[in-house]
Amino acid sequence: MPKRDLISIEDLSRADVELILDTAESFLPVLERDIKKVPTLRGRTIINLFWEASTRTSSSFDLAAKRLSADTLALKASGSAVEKGETLKDTAITLSAYSPDIIVMRHPSAGACRTLSANTEASVINAGDGKHQHPTQCLLDLFSMRQNLGRDLAGLRVFIIGDILHSRVARSDIMGFQMLGMEVTLVGPPTLMPRGIEEMGVKVEYDLANLKDADVLYLLRIQKERIKAGANFLPSLREYSELYGISQARLRPGQRVMHPGPINRGVEIASDIADDDENLIAHQVFSGLAVRMAILYRTIVGYSDGAASGEVL
Amino acid sequence: MPEPRPANEVVVLTAEQMSRTITRIAHEILEKNPGEENLAVVGIHTRGAFLGSRIHRLICQVGGRQYAAGNLDISFYRDDVSARGAVGVIPATPQPVVKDSDLPFTIDGIRVVLVDDVLYTGRTIRAAIDALFDYGRPAAVQLAVLVDRGHRELPIRPDYVGKNLPTAPRERISVRVEERDGVDEVVLVRSKEA
Repeated sequence: MPKRDLISIEDLSRADVELILDTAESFLPVLERDIKKVPTLRGRTIINLFWEASTRTSSSFDLAAKRLSADTLALKASGSAVEKGETLKDTAITLSAYSPDIIVMRHPSAGACRTLSANTEASVINAGDGKHQHPTQCLLDLFSMRQNLGRDLAGLRVFIIGDILHSRVARSDIMGFQMLGMEVTLVGPPTLMPRGIEEMGVKVEYDLANLKDADVLYLLRIQKERIKAGANFLPSLREYSELYGISQARLRPGQRVMHPGPINRGVEIASDIADDDENLIAHQVFSGLAVRMAILYRTIVGYSDGAASGEVL
Repeated sequence: MPEPRPANEVVVLTAEQMSRTITRIAHEILEKNPGEENLAVVGIHTRGAFLGSRIHRLICQVGGRQYAAGNLDISFYRDDVSARGAVGVIPATPQPVVKDSDLPFTIDGIRVVLVDDVLYTGRTIRAAIDALFDYGRPAAVQLAVLVDRGHRELPIRPDYVGKNLPTAPRERISVRVEERDGVDEVVLVRSKEA
């Protein structure tokens, strides 16, 4: 079986996506019992490489691997040989000496996961590469939607609001949401809207005038760390908040708010929404664990659905 | 008109025989666990779960009390999670879609009767026992199977057997249940090239 990477949502067919979501669902009972662990990946080695800050993604990948009984090794840029000038290729060759089964990587440069994959026998899972893709976030978003809004997501209208330009989450989510039949509208200031994004089949709006049409509001934060010093994308965060910030006053009943985190209170999201139980933000974090277990599991056992020919042992 | 049966299939148990066999197993379970209140029937997905719920219904009827019941999916406990790395190695068996395990009772101190359709190598049962122990510490585990076809690869023996059926490894036993396959029957399928 050739190795299977997950670098972009495009690496998955719709059937693969649904298989991951179904698999994640079957991990939920495991997470509820006293012994929250299954022996499935016992003896496997999973390396987590986080060259960028992360709380949710790195912790949930780590815990997901442990819940599957795999051995994990976590490396960060600070304190590693990267600080001494080692290239990604050499890091890949070095770590491959341990024969890992999966390397999970977050990296500030788009495409870094492909470089890694070309230099290791391990399957590579992209935990966010620059402004490119964040496929596992997309899958957990889909899982949260399916658990809260119904199994059939077709026709659901999602508004992705905020800094689309710097957002890898938006790129993965647009593809994943459309794959399951949702309608995607992007909203944000023109300076933070990638040029030509309409070609992905989305609607683009520059204000919240049509917000009432949305079933789901997917909020993104302004990625200050990716905005170069002196770049003039926004006059001020306060103005951004006035034009695009979401508070209860702007919601109609029934609309659900999602956010990949970390949130910036008072900027893209008001506290009255951040603290409201109706939002799906905490559920998204919860979903991260089950979905990442499913992704690790499927990466090892494969995506084929053998139900039809499943001979008993 | 039902479709004609393929030439390589032989019926081993008809619907009527299957029903009698399941009833006998239910009685044997009650006989072997006299007066036991803490008895639970746990079926192994997929066909074992259907058989398990039938056995459960029968022992509740005959035993005159409500026993616990549940289902177990053993996918996460299999010993053949594919070996990657060696080129060309594919999983020994396709990895099926995982069903939810459902054990809506505390397993500690309970006598659990595992139910499966076919007992073959014993590896499924090994996995099921491992899975069960991650839910708690049962007082005892017993095993009921509709068909024992031999060829064990592990020291596992059933407590209740519907039918002993010596087979060749090339043959396959197919248990069909009304709930899922539209018909109750057990057939022996001979490999076509044999």
